[in-house]
Amino acid sequence: MHELSIAQSILDTVLKEKHERGLPRVDQVAVQVGALSGVLPDSLQFCFEAIRIDTELQTCELTIETVPITVECRECYARTTVEDFLFVCPKCGSVHVDVVAGYELDISYLEVPDPVHDPADP
Amino acid sequence: MAEKIDLRKKVLSENDRLAAEIRQRLKSRDTVTFNLVSSPGSGKTSLLERTLKAMKDEVRMALIAGDVQTENDADRLVRAGGERVKPLVTGGSCHLDARMIANVLPEMNLTNVDILFIENVGNLVCPSGFDLGEDMKVVLISTTEGDDKPLKYPAMFRRSSVMVINKIDLLGTSEFSIDTVRRNALSINPDLTIFEVSCRTGEGLDEWFNWLRQRVPERADAAVLT
Repeated sequence: MHELSIAQSILDTVLKEKHERGLPRVDQVAVQVGALSGVLPDSLQFCFEAIRIDTELQTCELTIETVPITVECRECYARTTVEDFLFVCPKCGSVHVDVVAGYELDISYLEVPDPVHDPADP
Repeated sequence: MAEKIDLRKKVLSENDRLAAEIRQRLKSRDTVTFNLVSSPGSGKTSLLERTLKAMKDEVRMALIAGDVQTENDADRLVRAGGERVKPLVTGGSCHLDARMIANVLPEMNLTNVDILFIENVGNLVCPSGFDLGEDMKVVLISTTEGDDKPLKYPAMFRRSSVMVINKIDLLGTSEFSIDTVRRNALSINPDLTIFEVSCRTGEGLDEWFNWLRQRVPERADAAVLT
């Protein structure tokens, strides 16, 4: 259950960005979680919702985008998305493939309210 | 209306930065580092005890023994002849991280150390994403576990370079099949180097020791062991 420390890292990063950028509010943080990252999206969601309470981010939603495994074949160079952890090139059948996506654990973006423009100040 | 702010930051960027520093530091000292991972009870400590006893007169080894609670493993490694053993009790955390390693390294005598072994917490899930600055991960599996484990924990087996199958003296007492575990592991990671050993009888350990000897970096100042 290491998702708690991962959730804490996400929360800390967002708080830091919020302060550094002087953001009044952060409505959403989007995170990419790869199939090989060793992180369970449901657990991460649960942990994030538990630790955001009583912080400046208690209304901030965590959006998780899962990233499937993409392999690149060392024989035919085809790049393909594989399922069920089958590390085989679907094009030529070679088992000599490199994982080029699927290890991600990245914060991709924050969503913040648009700064309200004062109509008197065009 | 909402505005998007692109960040593209790795969640574990701080861990990865520290791990890169550790890797650089150990490399500059000509130390090769192994991160041992497995389920609890597969035989990580037993393998290290055997390795210490067999090789301590020819290879300088330092060990970090990670455990959720107690320093029992570290005590065992000291009794096996380990002179540079550092216990690392996580107090509940299910994995080691680079910060923990960075904190204990300054307390260790790493002068002329050929091999640093980091014994991770027994867990096949949580440690997989945390780089500790090692050169490679060594994953253990024992014949008293399921031979489908590599399929159940693909991330860990994919990220490991070596698989040690332990407790081969108990083959035949369960449904575990060496052929099946090999096939399963290689389907996840065809580049795995595989050893079959028994830390109880010593069978197969010579191959492991020889492989380790070949990993020891050439020292410019090849000092005689004292």
